[in-house]
Amino acid sequence: MNFLKDKVTRRDFITYGLVVAAFAVVSLLAAQGVIPRSLRGQLVPVTCYVVMAISLNLVVGVAGDLSLGHAGFMSVGAFSGIVTAMSLTEAIPDPAIRLAISMVVGALFAAVAGFLIGIPVLRLRGDYLAIVTLAFGEIIKEVVNCLIVGVDSTGLHVIFNVGGDKTVADLHLLEGGVAIIKGAQGASGTAKIATFAAGFVLVMITLVVVLNLVRSRAGRAIMAVRDNRIAAESVGLSVTKYRLIAFVVSAALAGAAGALYGANFSQLSPAKFDFNTSILVLVFVVLGGLGNMRGSIIAAVLLTILPEALRGFSDYRMLVYAIVLILVMLFTNNPQLKLLIGKIVPKREEAAAHGE
Amino acid sequence: MTVFLQYLANGLAMGSVYAIIALGYTMVYGIAKMLNFAHGDVIMVGAYVSFCATSYLGLPAWLAVVLSIAACTVLGVLIEGLAYKPLRQAGPLAVLITAIGVSYLLQNAAQLIWGATPKNFTAIVSFPVPEPLASLNVSAVSITTIAVCLVIMAALMWFTGRTKMGKAMRAVSEDKDAARLMGINVNRTISMTFAIGSALAALAGVLMCSYAPVLQPTTGAMPGIKAFTAAVFGGIGSIPGAFIGGILLGIIEAMAQAYISTSLANSIVFAVLIVVLLVKPAGLLGRYVPEKV
Repeated sequence: MNFLKDKVTRRDFITYGLVVAAFAVVSLLAAQGVIPRSLRGQLVPVTCYVVMAISLNLVVGVAGDLSLGHAGFMSVGAFSGIVTAMSLTEAIPDPAIRLAISMVVGALFAAVAGFLIGIPVLRLRGDYLAIVTLAFGEIIKEVVNCLIVGVDSTGLHVIFNVGGDKTVADLHLLEGGVAIIKGAQGASGTAKIATFAAGFVLVMITLVVVLNLVRSRAGRAIMAVRDNRIAAESVGLSVTKYRLIAFVVSAALAGAAGALYGANFSQLSPAKFDFNTSILVLVFVVLGGLGNMRGSIIAAVLLTILPEALRGFSDYRMLVYAIVLILVMLFTNNPQLKLLIGKIVPKREEAAAHGE
Repeated sequence: MTVFLQYLANGLAMGSVYAIIALGYTMVYGIAKMLNFAHGDVIMVGAYVSFCATSYLGLPAWLAVVLSIAACTVLGVLIEGLAYKPLRQAGPLAVLITAIGVSYLLQNAAQLIWGATPKNFTAIVSFPVPEPLASLNVSAVSITTIAVCLVIMAALMWFTGRTKMGKAMRAVSEDKDAARLMGINVNRTISMTFAIGSALAALAGVLMCSYAPVLQPTTGAMPGIKAFTAAVFGGIGSIPGAFIGGILLGIIEAMAQAYISTSLANSIVFAVLIVVLLVKPAGLLGRYVPEKV
């Protein structure tokens, strides 16, 4: 265990260990039937949001580009994944393999989208970049809204419903064919093949990919570009290339998460992946700490469960959520309030000071 | 031709609403350097206040507008003082997330107070429209909106260019520390900017809901985002830029809805924004400031 002497490696392995332990405990509890129904339905979405948070953290925290359209890539992954899974229903009877293939396809499509969007977007910086990613997120949502896709024995049929006057009937499916995506209604009648175990595997793959990327030569280059673009450029780093690497990897992971998410519901509309979802994931990243993957995981899990846990407040639950969000931001970022917390919990403050 | 002019008039009216919101947005952004996501929800609150004043209290329209402006001004200053001011030294992302929190808070509070069912907003103005315009289906609300927008732009240009407070605002937006050294009360100037921005948002809310009379807690969100797009489009921080950006956005949206596709109208608007930003990274009227090493 010599490699564990390195501090960074040790930290990464603690993160892996935490995820494995959490998975083991939750699976055990689920098998015992201890977890309430409402929370059991959240198991797969939680893993999807964890992957979304880690992948967005790669762009926002590590590469330093504020992206407000991350849900767009999730959408691309979800719907390409659903189409793949549905059209392979007969060819591949085993749902686990079908899920894996649909996740890979979802990741590929999202990566292509990320590449195409990344080229123009990464010419910009700061708030301008933020607003353009937001714009692309909305564009993806509306474009998916116009898609009508069906499959029959002759293959896939796709209509792009620009005028808004086409319906599933215009696909002219043969007998036995199924309509998979029905425009603004989205996908319905999808086979629910997602499992919590698959989600766990995806989280682990995401962690391995992102942590290794961050610790690699490319990762150091990405951070150098974030910290000082001009200095990084002057030592010969290609700014666009490294930002694009982060952007595309992040999009691909979001696509895989989307495919898993899509396979967890029998009905999914494109409107699910709107600006609010992007923002939700961004909240996970910022609350968990920029560039801190373990923080992203914890924040994603806690904040997805929080609205469920706040059910006691019934109508007031989202209001309480908003207030908690504002208070957390104030208490973690205001110098005076931070000092106040430091007085109450002196040990933590000290540990943090030494850790940095 | 008549049909085209009708669409153009619709675009101008909606564009004026965007322009009014964008003017508030651009001032707040210019001075606080933050994406204030709660701005759209202030619009919604403004519309609700005016709705309550006319429908429940039976007040005349002008008083309802004054009330809603007053309420939103107070709300804007409160939001700034309670949520954004403590984060003046924090990073931009922390402020952004707080703004999102405020936006959730306003939306959910509105839902608790007024319910989620859409309210039917009655237009605040109505007068007979003169002939050449009436045949183009131009409503009294459209004419009022365009006129109000022009007046506001002129007033803001005068305010930021000529008055002491306006000059202080420009100074603070350029360099906070230097402004403080010159004896400008930075905190008061920022509060003042939020007050003006929120007052404009209230006005925009009332006009927008008179034009498209559906009012619900999420009414402000999309126009807020679009108005920010308009502000970026014209060059953020620039007052004439926000005006031109807003009007152009409204017209592009109306034309896209009419001639290309209703369901892709927002996409087309955003695509135009992306193209503009790629060609002119600082927006139409924005100044490009090169980075110094």
